[in-house]
Amino acid sequence: MENNTHKLEIFRGLLKFKSNESKIWGVLIFLSIVTVVEVALGIIKPEVLVVNSFLSMKMINWIFIILTIVKAYYIGWDFMHLRDELQGLQFSVTITLMFLIAYLAFILLVEGNYIFDVIYEGFVSWNF
Amino acid sequence: MSSTITTSTNNEEDLWGGGNKPLKASYGKLMMWFFIVSDALTFSGFLVAYGFSRFKNLDSWPIADEVFTHFPFLHGVDAPMYYVALMTFVLIFSSVTMVLAVDAGHHMQKKKVAVYMLLTIIGGAIFVGSQAWEWSNFIKGEYGAVETKGGQLFQFINQETGKRIALDEFAIESHSDRTQHESKNGIWFLGEGSLPSFTPDEVIAGVIANPYVVIKTEKIDANGHKIILSREESLDKITQAIYVVEGANLVNNEYGNRLFANFFFFITGFHGFHVFSGVIINIIIFFNVLVGTYEKRGHYEMVEKVGLYWHFVDLVWVFVFTFFYLV
Repeated sequence: MENNTHKLEIFRGLLKFKSNESKIWGVLIFLSIVTVVEVALGIIKPEVLVVNSFLSMKMINWIFIILTIVKAYYIGWDFMHLRDELQGLQFSVTITLMFLIAYLAFILLVEGNYIFDVIYEGFVSWNF
Repeated sequence: MSSTITTSTNNEEDLWGGGNKPLKASYGKLMMWFFIVSDALTFSGFLVAYGFSRFKNLDSWPIADEVFTHFPFLHGVDAPMYYVALMTFVLIFSSVTMVLAVDAGHHMQKKKVAVYMLLTIIGGAIFVGSQAWEWSNFIKGEYGAVETKGGQLFQFINQETGKRIALDEFAIESHSDRTQHESKNGIWFLGEGSLPSFTPDEVIAGVIANPYVVIKTEKIDANGHKIILSREESLDKITQAIYVVEGANLVNNEYGNRLFANFFFFITGFHGFHVFSGVIINIIIFFNVLVGTYEKRGHYEMVEKVGLYWHFVDLVWVFVFTFFYLV
């Protein structure tokens, strides 16, 4: 792959780098900022985000998961060079994983929640 | 038409011998992608299983901030998450040096590739070392706890300061005849692990004798804090204790639910093993770069393929970090 085939824009063209190398450093800065935000939120745990929840998950956990997926996107697209691959390859990797993992997570978390309810409703209780 | 049909033996080797490039990616890179997708499914299986167990024990799962509080050279300082955050940065940074190596490879700059590969190896080694430190703290434990007949775990709190207290601060030692069973003293295949420093009776006596000791249970209240029993309740419940737990192993751990330590060992262990093998592969490629293998081959694609694997390991850590330490 020649250097001039690299796509040097991130944030949908908002930020364009002069060379592949400067793009890498740019992505590093972005990933570091996201990680710092995550850690800061994890340590401070703002009351507003912990008390309020959306779709029965705490706001703070939504933020953590969304930020993680954002980080995963940039690692995949810029570090693993998916941005420079054909759309066919991009989709065969991401769609497959997103579908299978979302499906697995959905069924197992629903099941886990159900078992919690069964124990909580008192069909099984702590033996003490 | 005739241009699409290949008959010569030379072309045949191109087509079936790995020369074909579907999706404009070489055979080696595509195979690496196949591996990454399947390995990602293995990791998601682990993480989803963790989610399942956590949802199943939603009101009693250990709180990661209370478990991982150590930082090197800061003894007794409560530093939740700083250490894992540091590890995350180390791994992201080694990922960056890896992309830089790949980029230098595209420009055929052998020296730069070697330097960046070396930095990547060092970053990976620091990460594996940090994980070993984390494991050793986790296995050793800090405070100790007792387990009840029902398999529940009691930790101990100083009522006056509100801080966790270790067993050796209040347990009353008594002489007991209970000795460790070693395989040389009986049936040769039956031995037992080293005994905890206290017996349950010594801990119970300690709780009764020291009025400031109260029990912290596994249960979580509506605000996400562990429920702390009153002194009267503590005196009542402590008689249920049948095991003393110090640190963590695959059977029980002093942090809470038994599954918690198992998932910790399996998920971070499996990831650590990936990092370890990544470091080994990187070392091999590093020496190949040094002796000029890829210079002779005319391209540095091998660095790119190893890079894919290395970034994948970083990617997995991002998820492990979120689901094990943050959420």
